[in-house]
Amino acid sequence: MLGLVPVILGYVPLTLAMASAAMVLALVLAVALAVERVFRVPVLDQLVLLFISFFRGTPLLVQLFLFYYGLPQVMSFLTAIDGVTAAIMGLTLHFAAYMAETIRAAIIGVDRSQWEAAQSIGMTQGQMMRRVILPQAARVAAPTLVNYFIDMIKGTSLAFTLGVTEMMGAAQKEAAGSFLYFEAFLVVAVIYWIMVEGLSQAQRALEIRLNKAYAR
Amino acid sequence: MIRIEGLTKRFDGTAVLNAIDLEIAKGERVVVIGPSGTGKSTLLRCINFLDRPDAGRITVGDISVDATRAGRADILALRRATAFVFQNYGLFAHRTALENIMEALVTVQKRPRAEAEAQARRILKEIGLADKADSYPASLSGGQQQRVGIGRAMAIGAQLMLFDEPTSALDPEWVGEVLDLMRSVAAQRQTMLIVTHEMRFAREIADRVIFMEGGRIVEQGPPAQIFDAPQDPRLQRFLARVSA
Repeated sequence: MLGLVPVILGYVPLTLAMASAAMVLALVLAVALAVERVFRVPVLDQLVLLFISFFRGTPLLVQLFLFYYGLPQVMSFLTAIDGVTAAIMGLTLHFAAYMAETIRAAIIGVDRSQWEAAQSIGMTQGQMMRRVILPQAARVAAPTLVNYFIDMIKGTSLAFTLGVTEMMGAAQKEAAGSFLYFEAFLVVAVIYWIMVEGLSQAQRALEIRLNKAYAR
Repeated sequence: MIRIEGLTKRFDGTAVLNAIDLEIAKGERVVVIGPSGTGKSTLLRCINFLDRPDAGRITVGDISVDATRAGRADILALRRATAFVFQNYGLFAHRTALENIMEALVTVQKRPRAEAEAQARRILKEIGLADKADSYPASLSGGQQQRVGIGRAMAIGAQLMLFDEPTSALDPEWVGEVLDLMRSVAAQRQTMLIVTHEMRFAREIADRVIFMEGGRIVEQGPPAQIFDAPQDPRLQRFLARVSA
């Protein structure tokens, strides 16, 4: 069984790379969606609502299958996309929809005095969002966003269903050769668990940092 | 020179500001008094477009903005020519005292960081908070926060400083230090438009006192005239109430 550990550990970088890439992309997209939801740009607003509704309203697995196996049949240029890219894209779109709502709520929660102070010194809307509102919203949204990141790390295991050999795929192959199914999947579970625990520690450190300004 | 012509603001159809005309000379200190809900704060907020006026023209130096036609660039130009001190301080909660004062210089005026920091440190010294440069607003007293708020407004070098009841949210023990700072700002011949309920302070600092009621300027004049020889019965009643 111990022989399994290094083999499966070898796929940890791939898991972290997929999750990190999807997280960065999802954050960027979610902030854009959230800011749009706050300012409600005509027409765009309806599209954003539709986007959020669809990606929150359907299972991640279904979305991944739809994009990886389904869409290339109607849009042939998508056939060139490999499983890893498809998984990252799927995770990005799915989680961006959730994170957008979290970030929107955090933006709206920033005290009115902060918006007015930013306006009164002559900031443009972009400067106000970048310099004053988003940094303060980040503090409120951070715990929830880390939660989504945890979900995302675990979500990368679905890439297995797109034919990507990641931790699950590796475990499956090892188990099929040795019949050590319990051991193989136990190793996968423990590795995920350890990664998420590490992230929880990082979350605490992040929260202390973000709350620095608010200590009395 | 600051000129306000026909400034009008309605909330749900009721006029809170009723065609206000007002001229303020360079270096003049004007204090606005009057009962609550008579449009004093709205006047200040409209000058800064924190509330958008429905009609009227605001002229600050070379910038002249017609409320009905004001575009984004006009509003920014007007805000950059004025500075606002809020009742509840409005300090950026995630930034230190020093950073609060630097923010407009760096982000809006695009001054080099080192230069902005040097100026912010000069101002911190002036407002007596040099030792609080790295403190966040949450760790400052109300009086200290408001002094930083005034410092932030001073840093901008605005042609007009607007004070919206700057001491109304303060515990009584902190009012004195904020008024002292405003006195020293006034001593530099800064053009100021101040809404306050501190009548003694108004009498002492103002070149001119304006009494507002019902969204109109009812009476105005030098403090001695307003406080010692009020003409309008509404002003007489108001003064009797606040001195009681």
